Amino acid sequence: MKHTIAVIVENKPAVLTRIAGLFSRRSFNIESLSVGATDNPDYSRMTLTVQGDDVVLEQVIKQLSKLINVIRVSELEPGESVERELAVIKVSADRENRGEIMQIVNIFRAKIIDVSARSMIIEATGDESKIDAIVQLLRQFGIKEMARTGRVSMVRGTRVIKA
Amino acid sequence: MSLTDDRECPGNDGDAPRKMTGAEAVLESLKREGVDVVFGLPGGVLLPLYDAIYHSEIRHILVRHEQGAAHMADGYARATGKVGVCIATSGPGATNLVTGIANAYMDSVPMVAITGQVNTFMIGKDAFQEADITGITLPITKHNYLLRSAKDISRVFREAFYIARSGRPGPVLIDLPRDVTVEEVEFTWPEVNLPGYHPSTKVHEMQIKKAAKALMEAERPVIYVGGGVRYALAHRELFELATKINAPVTTTLMGIGCFPEDHPLSLGMLGMHGTKYANYAVQESDLLMAVGARFDDRVTGKIATFASHAKIIHIDVDPAEVGKNVRVDIPVVGDAKNALVALIKEVQPKPKSAWNERVEAWKKDYPLKYVPDMNVIKPQFVIEKLCELAPDAVITTEVGQNQMWAAQFFVHMDPQRFISSGGLGTMGYGFPAAIGAKVARPECEVIDIAGDGSFLMNSQELATAVVNDIPVKVAILNNGCLGMVRQWQELFFEKRYSATILGRTSPDFVKLAEAYGAVGLRATRPSEVEPVIRTALATDRPTIMDFIVNPAEKVSPMVPAGATISEILELEWCEEAHTSHLEKIYADSRREILGSEEWA
Repeated sequence: MKHTIAVIVENKPAVLTRIAGLFSRRSFNIESLSVGATDNPDYSRMTLTVQGDDVVLEQVIKQLSKLINVIRVSELEPGESVERELAVIKVSADRENRGEIMQIVNIFRAKIIDVSARSMIIEATGDESKIDAIVQLLRQFGIKEMARTGRVSMVRGTRVIKA
Repeated sequence: MSLTDDRECPGNDGDAPRKMTGAEAVLESLKREGVDVVFGLPGGVLLPLYDAIYHSEIRHILVRHEQGAAHMADGYARATGKVGVCIATSGPGATNLVTGIANAYMDSVPMVAITGQVNTFMIGKDAFQEADITGITLPITKHNYLLRSAKDISRVFREAFYIARSGRPGPVLIDLPRDVTVEEVEFTWPEVNLPGYHPSTKVHEMQIKKAAKALMEAERPVIYVGGGVRYALAHRELFELATKINAPVTTTLMGIGCFPEDHPLSLGMLGMHGTKYANYAVQESDLLMAVGARFDDRVTGKIATFASHAKIIHIDVDPAEVGKNVRVDIPVVGDAKNALVALIKEVQPKPKSAWNERVEAWKKDYPLKYVPDMNVIKPQFVIEKLCELAPDAVITTEVGQNQMWAAQFFVHMDPQRFISSGGLGTMGYGFPAAIGAKVARPECEVIDIAGDGSFLMNSQELATAVVNDIPVKVAILNNGCLGMVRQWQELFFEKRYSATILGRTSPDFVKLAEAYGAVGLRATRPSEVEPVIRTALATDRPTIMDFIVNPAEKVSPMVPAGATISEILELEWCEEAHTSHLEKIYADSRREILGSEEWA
C-alpha cells in the first residue's frame, strides 16, 4: 500500500542525506520525494511516498521523528488531502500532429510552454493518475524527454502541518 | 522549547564573554559539561586543539589506536553513566573510530566523539587525510555535526552532550575543521534549543494503569529487563516492583546486574545462551513485561513463536522500539525509572504462587553447569574463581565464548559492574573498555574477561595502561581458537574448522605483557588458577593472566539459530578424545606455521 507523508525539517545542510540514508539503512521503500521551501525560511517541507503496510508506515514515521533535524512527521490520508504533481514533457511535434496534441493538452488543462519546429514542451499538473493518463496519450507522438516532480500534498480544510 | 538537562549540565557562570581561539572554546565547552578526562590521539589538523589540551586541566589519555579511544570512552560512560569523550584526527584517525562509534550506537552509550577535519576551504577537494566522517557516521550516530565557524562551537558542544545523554542515549560526533580551531571567538554558553528533539521521558498514566492491571491479573508473569533499566539507573525500582508482586526477572546481556542474580526471583540471562529456566519461563508466561529491552534476535530466537501465550507490555524510552520486532499489547513510552515508580504505586502486593514454585523447580532441575576437571582448566572454573575472589570487580568482556561464560558464571549484582559489547558484538572491545572503566572508577578492581583471539585485536592498549598507570587486569581464557565460531563449525559444519584454529600460535601473552612493562602470569593447571588470580589482584600494575583452558569446551546451553527459545539444547560435554583431537589440529597448524613442534 502506498502512503503519503509530509515531513517538516530544519533547513540545514545534509538533512536530505539523513532522510535518504535512513530509508536505505532501514530498507524502507521510498517511491518519490519532493523537497521545497515553506512559508518559514528556517524550515523545508518534504513529501514522501512510501510503499508498505501499516507496520512499515509506523516505523517510517517513528524513525523519521527520531532525527534531530526533523520537526514534524504526518501521514496524509488519501481521502482527506489534495495531492498534486507537475510534469514537463517534451514531445515530437510537427505541422501534421501539432493540432491533435494541442487538443489533448486542452482536455487535460495542461499548457504548452515551448514550441519549436519539431517539438513542444507540455506542462501538466494534477494527481498522479492524471499525469499518467496524459503521458499515456502523448506516447503515440513520441516522448523525447520527461521530468516529474513527485507528489506534493496538503490536508483539506483548516488543519495545518507546519513547524 | 528550551531544554536543559537537570542531571549534569552546569549553567552560565555569568561572566562577560571572553575572547579565545576555537580550540580553547572546545576545551571550555568540555569543562562546562563536566568532562574530566578525554581519550585520544593527535594528528596534523588537531595541532591547535592539542596545544589547547596541553594548557588545559582536563586529563588527556593518549591511546595507541583510535579504536581504543572510542571503546575507552564507551567503557568510561558505562561505568559512570556520564558522557564519554574521545578524540581522533581527520581521515584515518576518524575512520578508526568508526567501529567504536557503531558499538556505542548499538548499545545506546552516551558518547561525544570529536574528530579533526581539514580546513573548511579544502573540504571536498580530497585533501591530505580528508574523510567525510559525518557522512560515514550518519547511520551510526544519534546525531552529528560538521562545524563551519568557531562561533557555533559552544552551542554545538552543548547540544551534542545533551543529545548524547538524554532520551535513549547514544554517540554524537563533532567534526572540527582545522581553521575553525584557530579562529578567534567570543565565548558564550547558549541554552539548548532543539525544536525537533523532544525525548519522551514522562509516562502515560492510562498506559501505566493498564500495565498494572495486567500485572495483577497475570498468573504467570515474567519481567524481561534490558539496558534501558541500567541507563535509567532504575534497578532499585525494578527490585521493589518485582519483589512486591513476586514476578520472576530475566535480563538481557545489556541488562545484566539490574537484578541481583542470587535472588530467588532471578532467572539470569535469557536467549541464545541464556539459562534454560529463563527461556522456559518466558515461553510459558501469560504476561511478559519488557523494560528497556528491544526484542533482539539473540533474545527472541524464532520471533513468530516467542512468548506466544503472553500478553506483552513494552516499556521503552524510544517510541520506535515499541512494535518494531513484536506485537505489543500495552505500549508504555517513557523513562524506565518513571514507569517503574508509577507501576510500584499502582500494583498491590502479590504472594508467591504456583508459578513461582514452577520457576524454582526449573531452576533446580536445569542449572547452568559444566563438568569440572582435575587436569585441564575449564574456562567456567576460571570465571567462578574470579567471582569468588573479586565479587565486587567491574567485569568487562570481549566477544564470543569468553563473553557468554562471563555472563553465565559470574554472579552479577550491580548494573554498572558488567560491561560488554552486546548489539555490535565487537571483539577487541573489552580491554580498552576496561581501561575506560578503571579511569572512571579507580577505586574498583576492573577485570577484562578475554579470549586469545579478541585480546589481540586491541592489545596495543597495553602501552596506554602501562604509561598512564591504569592497573586493569586481563583474564585470557586461552583456548587457541576463535572459540564461538569453532563451536558453530563443530555443531553445524561437521567439524571443518575453517580459519578458526589459532593453535598455540598466538604470542606468548606473558612475554607480551612484560614487553609492554605490564605483569604477565600463566596458569596451565586447575590448581594454579587461584594463586594466579590472587597474585594479579595483589598487583597494582596492569596484569595479564593467561589461562590455558580446554580448547574443546563449548558454551551451553544453546538455542540453535532460528529455533524457538524453549528448544534450548544442553550441549554434550567434550570428551577427552575431542580435546586431544583439537590439540592435534593445533600441533599441525603450529608445525605448518613455524616448522617446529615445540610450544614454549
